[in-house]
Amino acid sequence: MTIESIAQSAYLVAALLFILALASLSKHESAKAGNTLGIAGMAIALVATIALAIDRKVEPMGLGLLAVAMVIGALIGLQRARRVEMTGMPELIALLHSFVGLAAVLVGWNGYLLVEGGGSSEEALALAAQGTLGIHHAEVFIGVFIGAVTFTGSIVAYLKLSGRASSSPLMLPGKNFLNVGALVVFAALTVWFVVSPSLWLLIAVTVIALLLGIHLVASIGGGDMPVVVSMLNSYSGWAAAASGFLLENDLLIVTGALVGSSGAYLSYIMCRAMNRSFISVIAGGFGIEAGPAEDRDYGEHREVTAEQVADMLTSAESVIITPGYGMAVAQAQYGVAELTRKLRDQGITVRFGIHPVAGRLPGHMNVLLAEAKVPYDIVLEMDEINDDFSDTSVVLVIGANDTVNPAAMDDPNSPIAGMPVLRVWESQNVIVFKRSMASGYAGVQNPLFFRDNSAMLFGDAKDRVEDILRAL
Amino acid sequence: MIIGVVTESNAGETRVAATPATVVQLTTLGYEVVVQSGAGRAASFSDEAYAEAGATVGDPLAADIVFGVNAPSTEQLDGLRPGATVISILSPGLKPELVEDLGRRPITALAMDAVPRISRAQSLDVLSSMANIAGYRAVVEAAHAFGRFFTGQVTAAGKVPPAKVLVVGAGVAGLAAIGAAGSMGAIVRATDPRPEVADQVKSLGGDYLSVEAADVEVSATGYAKEMSDDYNTRAEALYREQAKDVDIIITTALIPGRPAPRLITADMVASMKSGSVIVDMAASNGGNVEGTVPGEAIVTDNGVTIVGYTDLAGRLAAQSSQLYGTNLVNLMKLMTPGKDGELVLDWDDVVQRAITVVRNGEVSWPPPAVQVSAAPAAAAPVAASPVKQPPPPSRRWTLIGIGALALFVLVAAAPEALRVHLTVFALAIVIGYYVIGNVHHALHTPLMSVTNAISGIIVVGALLQIGHGDTVITALSFVAILLASINVFGGFAVTRRMLSMFSRS
Repeated sequence: MTIESIAQSAYLVAALLFILALASLSKHESAKAGNTLGIAGMAIALVATIALAIDRKVEPMGLGLLAVAMVIGALIGLQRARRVEMTGMPELIALLHSFVGLAAVLVGWNGYLLVEGGGSSEEALALAAQGTLGIHHAEVFIGVFIGAVTFTGSIVAYLKLSGRASSSPLMLPGKNFLNVGALVVFAALTVWFVVSPSLWLLIAVTVIALLLGIHLVASIGGGDMPVVVSMLNSYSGWAAAASGFLLENDLLIVTGALVGSSGAYLSYIMCRAMNRSFISVIAGGFGIEAGPAEDRDYGEHREVTAEQVADMLTSAESVIITPGYGMAVAQAQYGVAELTRKLRDQGITVRFGIHPVAGRLPGHMNVLLAEAKVPYDIVLEMDEINDDFSDTSVVLVIGANDTVNPAAMDDPNSPIAGMPVLRVWESQNVIVFKRSMASGYAGVQNPLFFRDNSAMLFGDAKDRVEDILRAL
Repeated sequence: MIIGVVTESNAGETRVAATPATVVQLTTLGYEVVVQSGAGRAASFSDEAYAEAGATVGDPLAADIVFGVNAPSTEQLDGLRPGATVISILSPGLKPELVEDLGRRPITALAMDAVPRISRAQSLDVLSSMANIAGYRAVVEAAHAFGRFFTGQVTAAGKVPPAKVLVVGAGVAGLAAIGAAGSMGAIVRATDPRPEVADQVKSLGGDYLSVEAADVEVSATGYAKEMSDDYNTRAEALYREQAKDVDIIITTALIPGRPAPRLITADMVASMKSGSVIVDMAASNGGNVEGTVPGEAIVTDNGVTIVGYTDLAGRLAAQSSQLYGTNLVNLMKLMTPGKDGELVLDWDDVVQRAITVVRNGEVSWPPPAVQVSAAPAAAAPVAASPVKQPPPPSRRWTLIGIGALALFVLVAAAPEALRVHLTVFALAIVIGYYVIGNVHHALHTPLMSVTNAISGIIVVGALLQIGHGDTVITALSFVAILLASINVFGGFAVTRRMLSMFSRS
């Protein structure tokens, strides 16, 4: 038994703990235990690796730097985690993705400097003896490429989500051509690099990948962000897996594959919830395929006051609230939670219906409501609640638009036709909280507003909810 | 404007075109209502009740708008003032001579039974509201003539099997009959050429018997149409088989503007058990059943009662008057945009266009067709976007084949060390897919932050690269360790914080 073999077995244990951690997240009851399992796995992996580093005769200076870097990183990480607002979760997640991407780039560069750049270093000779030197070249190149795309893509996503960059899609001419072109150039450069590795090729691919990452995400609109964030989650996993191949480390490969398929699966769920293909999300926003929404006369909408809504709610038997990103923007979740408590105290059934793409992150609404202390067992998914709308007295639509649009089911020509939506209009009364009559992200007018059983409550969602609370 | 409500001239008509409740609603639209004395008597609404609701009892024919249930008689038409608007059930498709007569007069005539079947017009659709009542009443008539319970019971005096009811045609009337018979405890089966109604039948507790034929129908008008020979042969076999088994048959098959299709033949009736009951709801249009006598209940030689009443809705006079009156109120809402008691006929509105038989003495029947689909809405988008359809299995298998081949070549060509890593990689992806697939949707955000944390495992690479002499490598590793540590600690901490927020009620 050497330190090497102990480290390998520790890695296996860590990998299994990671799998268990993800599996435990399937239920609320076991989720906290899952997080603890993940921490345990990480601790085992880190201790084993540091032991391995010491065994490989790391310089005392290096060990010191290692400790300093970890402590600084830990402090920043813990501080960010404590301070972040739940509405700011999408930004934080995007930022964390970018760190993985950048770390993968740096590890890849180190791999180059250690082997290819180091001339006849020990590692290079060992690899050449195994006959896997060419594979190492390819691994460096691919790892750096994926890492760099993840890095800049996540940075742009972060800027968009935090409002520092415009969330409208960037429309460069021939943008699909640019994306495909970058991939073709990457493939060609990979072959070149495998044949004759050189520093300038590595610099070139890094620059191309950084630009591709920026362009890829900049050309996607704000409403598609749930897909983008889960896509970048996936990329960060593949970047880690690529580093694993480079370093011949199975723990990295396993973890990277887990994270990669997790992000891919979430992207798939999001795309299905919008009835769009992954390619069409990457290729750009709704507007392009659909053209401007046609001018159609839907009739007149009806307005109500907060007092009338309060009356309706107190005389209701059951109420469903369908929140959207607008609720997060208006920070209305606390008022909504308070409203929920009051109504439930009066014996009124209150539930929430969450569309899979509500918010800017998969599961974002659930976290916001949980933060406001709404019990999670009354927060239901679209498929769980869709059949219950017909037995519901009042539906409150707060900051949602496209996800409750009947045109998705009724109008085959609508740009969102076929998208699964919450069938709120089947209830007796629908109250739509909205700032104005403007259309939603998809740019589609919502016939829901003009239905006989719907009424509009204009204004800031937070203020209006508080008005209702006062009137109760 | 003044609305007049006439006493029906048809003998045996019990319904009335307005009830005290609808009078109130008409008044709020700005109309004055004049009710002919005794108009509501047969439906148990007294003149006093109308007066209390705000109507005057007087001569309805002098009014600007005249409400009736059936087409007005010639005497009534003669009494109308020029420019008046008559609104009632006119059956313009079946009575060309009436349309001609109306066209000779300086009046406007609207047929309540010509409302197109579009969702917006559902609240005025008198055929639906009457069919609903008739369907219910058909079951009541059947139960009355049937000498047994509908529901199965186990009593001290022995076991009673539940009655078996076959409803032919699952339109509005059929569905109402299925619901009524089901709630009385009978076993209900239903047939209909439109497969899309199967779910509606099931939702009311009935079994949908499908006729296996090539030309299943997707209705473009919302009504049934005539079926092909192949379908009819198969349907006949189904009816023949069911007739021997069931106790009660309720037929509702009507095709607008045509005689009712003959579905149950005399020999099928003869094959039924003695004491069985057939209610032929299409009796007034010729009947679905051979041997039906319109307006009467007869008993065949083998003891089967065939009920051919044509006034099923009218037998619930108060109820049908209320619903018909509400249909009229909804029409008035549509045609009184100002809520000021002024009737406006909007020629551009498909609903108003469709029901107008005569406009100011000019015949405008038949109206242009209104296309509606009664198929479930979900089916339409699928047809509209063929891209969304799952690829055919052959293509899927081809893709899987190509993928497997590519993987095979890659792994076979790879050196030993890489092969092991690829194996681990491939298996980990599969595990990841299944593990993530089980994650509760509400936990997707914590899932992402946990994956953020564990993808910080990339720190392992940098940990082994730092401090081996090369300054550049050490510097890059330092940065990588720092960044990855933010991920590891930040990711787990924020996940823990989020998960502690989730609480049960």
